[in-house]
Amino acid sequence: MSNTNARFHVPTAPFRPGETPDFSNLDLQKAGDAPRPDPGIDAGETASLATGLVGVLDHNHQAVGEWDPKLKADLLREGLSHMVLTRIYDERMLKLQRQGKMSFYMKSTGEEAVAVAAAMALDKSDMVFPSYRQQGILFARGRNIVDMMCHCISNSRDNLKGRQLPVHYTWAEGNFFTISGNLGTQFPQAVGYAMACAYKGEDQVAASWIGDGTTAEGDFHSALTLASTYRAPVILNVVNNQWAISTYQGIAKGDAPTFAAKGLGYGLASLRVDGNDFLAVYAATRWARERATAGKGATLIELFTYRAAAHSTSDDPSKYRPKNEETAWPLGDPIERLKQHLIGIGEWDEDRHEKLEEEMTKLVVKSYKDAESYGTLHDGPLAPTESIFEDVTETPDWRLRRQRQELGI
Amino acid sequence: MNMIQALNSAMDILLTQNPDVVMFGEDSGYFGGVFNATDKLQAKHGAHRVFDTPINEAAIAAMAIGMAAKGLKPVAEIQFSDYIFPAFDQIVSEMSRIRYRSAGQFTSGCVLRSPWGGGIRGGQTHSMSPEAFFTHIPGVKVAIPSNPYDAKGMLIAAAEGNDPVIFFEPKRIYNGPFDGVPDAPLKSWAKHPKGEVPEGHYRVELGKAEVTREGSACTVVTYGTLVHVAEHAAEKSGIDAEIIDLKSLSPYDIDTIAASVNKTGRAIVAHEAPRTSGFGAELAAQIQEDCFYALEAPVLRLTGWDTPYPHAHEWAYFPIQSRFIRAMEAVTKAV
Repeated sequence: MSNTNARFHVPTAPFRPGETPDFSNLDLQKAGDAPRPDPGIDAGETASLATGLVGVLDHNHQAVGEWDPKLKADLLREGLSHMVLTRIYDERMLKLQRQGKMSFYMKSTGEEAVAVAAAMALDKSDMVFPSYRQQGILFARGRNIVDMMCHCISNSRDNLKGRQLPVHYTWAEGNFFTISGNLGTQFPQAVGYAMACAYKGEDQVAASWIGDGTTAEGDFHSALTLASTYRAPVILNVVNNQWAISTYQGIAKGDAPTFAAKGLGYGLASLRVDGNDFLAVYAATRWARERATAGKGATLIELFTYRAAAHSTSDDPSKYRPKNEETAWPLGDPIERLKQHLIGIGEWDEDRHEKLEEEMTKLVVKSYKDAESYGTLHDGPLAPTESIFEDVTETPDWRLRRQRQELGI
Repeated sequence: MNMIQALNSAMDILLTQNPDVVMFGEDSGYFGGVFNATDKLQAKHGAHRVFDTPINEAAIAAMAIGMAAKGLKPVAEIQFSDYIFPAFDQIVSEMSRIRYRSAGQFTSGCVLRSPWGGGIRGGQTHSMSPEAFFTHIPGVKVAIPSNPYDAKGMLIAAAEGNDPVIFFEPKRIYNGPFDGVPDAPLKSWAKHPKGEVPEGHYRVELGKAEVTREGSACTVVTYGTLVHVAEHAAEKSGIDAEIIDLKSLSPYDIDTIAASVNKTGRAIVAHEAPRTSGFGAELAAQIQEDCFYALEAPVLRLTGWDTPYPHAHEWAYFPIQSRFIRAMEAVTKAV
């Protein structure tokens, strides 16, 4: 029987388990080739940037082209340090999850620059609306690691009182919005927040992150529409790490040239950026922030990167993609690239790097010991049981008071 | 004032007294809303405070959440409660839980106003009463006024509170009370005591019910348009029913309900929405639990049918006055 559904197209990932990944036909603009226009330009003039690739670090790890933010070595070392800490923290937390110390974990391996560089390019008063894979922001903003761990093991010091799954951080003091498990909801919320900043006449901006898969949600469309209509001072980041659990990015992107290109149709300035290039992410975020505070509106930034680790501790990527596909990824590793850049300009060396890693490992190990002293999910102590009835509304009503009694507390 | 004028007055006061109050919705700005509820507010307070939105209910709710996180007080409009469902995820998963999931670090106090209920030949998508979807969500309050005085006072109380409130407005009675007789001439609020609305600021606190007619034969617990239908049914039938206007559905006022049912021994819970898993099921269950030894008859549910809201046969669907009388007869005769 002939295939009667020949015209029904279902995209499929280019490489599957057992195959050899080969990204040589990915048409990526070379670092330094994208021009850096004035941040105040009309959105339509960003078309070539939305389909190209903003990059600063070339294959020799040299900073090239107009987007080079020309950052001081101290700041680059700080960025490197936050990224290294993020990776070491992730690896440690994965191990602890495997040992049964926490119920769940999600790494951000390979995507550290997307969070750290952007956070460093923002003002600390800017509100961030992250997804569950931008833990690097917390390190860049100086959150106490013990507090982060206490959240992940839901102990008595968890600032969320054990109410949320691990990695669903909230940190109001650091202007880090409460993470939700529902994908994409934060994207239009960030626009609303940014509108409120504009309403109040404040110079703050909001920034949000979603993944490539989440762009298929209606809230992606809602956010872009609102951002465009009200010219909101918001930075809308799409982290294209190529995978939404087992689903390759082409399922969400369809035949659009890039995710960034989707912003053009809304009249938003749109950039595609090398997400593994610390300098490029930093520069693009600065550009978008400048545009936002100048009253020119939002920018959609696609961060082109690769999810090097499993989706979560509940996922096994070997079932849907080749093993070691991340090593074939043409944009390399963000930590290695920044490290080599710093070495190249004489501001870093292997010994110092090794020391940094040792220091960070010690910090993480010690922090976990501290965290455990406040209890663990399995052995307690946890937040008081009666606290499950608090914060539903400002004041518990009679129903919750009765239910608490019913539970006998 | 009629209900629209009362709501408009409430919003005018909120905008005047609190610079953080903003209002928005589809056609809510320049045009003043398809029911005129926000009439002239943009001209008076400015387009940055009262503005039109794209047709996207999820975006409206999300915008309210984001603004509330920054300390604004959004009072947003969903044009018909039938169209609140695109915003359901933002309400259920976000608005209702932000205080809880952040352990109080962030809050999402805002009001979503929405014209609600049937009786206007609205067919399937301009007649719904979706309150039970929302009373099932911990973390959002649900309020439904039945008259201009309450509409104004409750809207002000909702907007001045710190919790998110879904505020449904019975559009059948925007311009006058309804006695539940489909072909009866329209009435105005002018002759109704609750049509007398103070010009200034006042609050009608959420969470409190009101006995609008005292009686001894049975208790009718209802809200919105049906409060008036129930009152007229009691007068017409001569059955001495006690009518409770619930006003707030979440949280609801169990004390007022229990006191009444413990007195009368008989209860009808009534709403326009379909019966199965409707809010009446919650009320009936709680009455049974709290008043079991006082009950002399099964709690009776008088509701819309378990069908989508029909157009041509609207009055066969809607709990009209004659159905109220039959229900009152049934519950008072039951042994």
